[in-house]
Amino acid sequence: MKTKIFALMMLLAPAFAFASSGIKLDKADVDLSNQASLQNGAKLFVNYCLSCHSAAYMRYNRMGQDLGLSNEQVKENLMFAAEKVGETMTIAMTPEDAKQMFGTKVPDLSVIARARGADWLYTYLRTFYLDDSRPFGVNNAAFKDVGMPHVLWELEGLKKPIYETHKDHEGHEVQTLTGYEMVKPGKLTPAEYDNEVRDLVNFLVYMGEPAKLKRYTIGVWVLLFLAVLFVLAYALKKEYWKDIH
Amino acid sequence: MSKMQDFMGWIDARFPATKMWEEHLSKYYAPKNFNFWYFFGSLALLVLVIQIVTGIFLTMNYKPDAGMAFASVEYIMRDVYGGWIIRYMHSTGASAFFIVVYLHMFRGLMYGSYKKPRELIWIFGMLIYLALMAEAFMGYLLPWGQMSYWGAQVIVNLFGAIPVIGPDLSIWIRGDYVIGDATLNRFFAFHVIAVPLVLIGLVVAHILALHEVGSNNPDGVEIKKNKGPDGIPLDGIPFHPYYSVKDIVGVVVFLMFFAAVMFFGPEMGGYFLEHANFVPADPLKTPEHIAPVWYFTPFYTMLRAVPDPFLGVIAMGGGVVILFFLPWLDLNPIKSVRYRSALHKLNLAVFVVTFIYLGWLGVKPPEPVLAAMGLRFSEVYFLFFFVIWFHSKPRSAGFSFMSLIGLIALYTIYDLVRVDAKTAQLVWMSWLIPSTYLAVMLLAPLYTNLNQEKQVPARVTG
Repeated sequence: MKTKIFALMMLLAPAFAFASSGIKLDKADVDLSNQASLQNGAKLFVNYCLSCHSAAYMRYNRMGQDLGLSNEQVKENLMFAAEKVGETMTIAMTPEDAKQMFGTKVPDLSVIARARGADWLYTYLRTFYLDDSRPFGVNNAAFKDVGMPHVLWELEGLKKPIYETHKDHEGHEVQTLTGYEMVKPGKLTPAEYDNEVRDLVNFLVYMGEPAKLKRYTIGVWVLLFLAVLFVLAYALKKEYWKDIH
Repeated sequence: MSKMQDFMGWIDARFPATKMWEEHLSKYYAPKNFNFWYFFGSLALLVLVIQIVTGIFLTMNYKPDAGMAFASVEYIMRDVYGGWIIRYMHSTGASAFFIVVYLHMFRGLMYGSYKKPRELIWIFGMLIYLALMAEAFMGYLLPWGQMSYWGAQVIVNLFGAIPVIGPDLSIWIRGDYVIGDATLNRFFAFHVIAVPLVLIGLVVAHILALHEVGSNNPDGVEIKKNKGPDGIPLDGIPFHPYYSVKDIVGVVVFLMFFAAVMFFGPEMGGYFLEHANFVPADPLKTPEHIAPVWYFTPFYTMLRAVPDPFLGVIAMGGGVVILFFLPWLDLNPIKSVRYRSALHKLNLAVFVVTFIYLGWLGVKPPEPVLAAMGLRFSEVYFLFFFVIWFHSKPRSAGFSFMSLIGLIALYTIYDLVRVDAKTAQLVWMSWLIPSTYLAVMLLAPLYTNLNQEKQVPARVTG
């Protein structure tokens, strides 16, 4: 028992390993105030993500309100897997199915942007490359050996990695990924694809924290109120303290 | 007599309302020379109120159930009207509490506020600090994210390092073999009722003890020694209205910082709300990097500095417990840093830098160099308490050299045991850190006038 606990502690003694593959992340540069981008991101999300991934804390009607869409618009264009507009974005696939199909649980995406960060998501969705050793024929540079197929391949196309071989300081040969070569072009140009992904990530950031849309505005008013209160409080203090020497 | 006076008379005949008001506010005479550092006591009280009130509203919507906890927090963030404001107030408040309390404690350290006759105020304060740590630790489990889960796992496992009873003790704390629903439920109970009750009781004791002996001040002069013919300290002013209106200014400024964090960066770059905590707890998936929340990291570094788990726990606990003894370690009759020596000022500065650096190290992975620094600065942290005792009075040359050699020998023996060809350079280079610190602190009084103290004035200044 004691050795077991010690082993567990050592296991937990944090961070002998670093976060998954330290590739340089590209800046997502999302803009939550761009409603057209959020709407496009929502469309991509319900079409491409929301059959394997759920967003179980996000309600369709809340999304509609925040994105400037009526309940009817939401029902017609964005709601394929639910009956009522007040429902959350759940999916029919069970975790057991997921395990069988992808070898792992498929994470819920409600707060994925808060866990991973916008830049990581933006990089991840743009770094799928062909790899025959993987079950779906693709691997990912930001998330090595990820279980997910390249869902957006029709848009982006398929690309193969270009490696550069060099020697590390101990003399071993190592391969580094330096770029990609498009093997099968998709419907979009690379620049167009980047923009689509940016919209999708923008939507994921919004979905991670819907309150973010109004948090800043309220914050400005709160600070202005406190600034006024400060002037009054300071004047009051000055008035009382003028007889203290 | 007016109606109001009639009414108060009726009350006062039955309950000491006026008496208490006068004793603690309108006729509690506080020194007139409080400075910036004296805001943090009232601010700590403010944060306690914020935490209790927001906590009550969170409890109305939170579900302490391993299957529902994570979702219920997201429900608060999205579906509960104003829920995100309440939740961010609470999460920001947790970190704000520690910031305010650390500054409050540092104030006490600077002005010798723990010295006779205020030892019990310090003890109660330290107990508040301990209760606060327990409160924060158990509260952090409730969102049931990955960091909640694995952080709790690591900390509860520490109890398992205690010989003989350890393993059973940690199972008893968890109520299960791993952190689970039973743990979540009991932590919830402790977090929302048990520890807050203790906290409030201790805060009352802290304030009662303070009002019994009276407040210290930046000059460290006892104002009660200079009373006017009316029995009122000459340098004292009634807490209300003078300090109540002054504290309101402090409260407003504090709230501006608080609101700035809450509305513009509630995650504080991952230090107030850790990114990994937005992944639901998964007992089967250990995160790559488990870092405690920032306010625990100085002690976490001490834990990691010692290879043996049990001794590590002792070091970590010792880092907190040793603070309790400050009133009996720092026996220098001069209270305020203003009249203490330049060497003492330097010693305090080193302590602050050490504490912050240990905190920074605690969020970093223990790579060799950082791990070495963690050990060396942990040594400096503990040596500080010897030095502050050593500076209590003039010491002879013989005693100074004996102390220096004895203390250096203490950790050098350990270094000799562990050093090998590969680590030699790092061990002996870093050895200079505590050794230089000690040499300066213990020998400077012999060869320089850095330990020259100043005359304490009879009355408060400014």
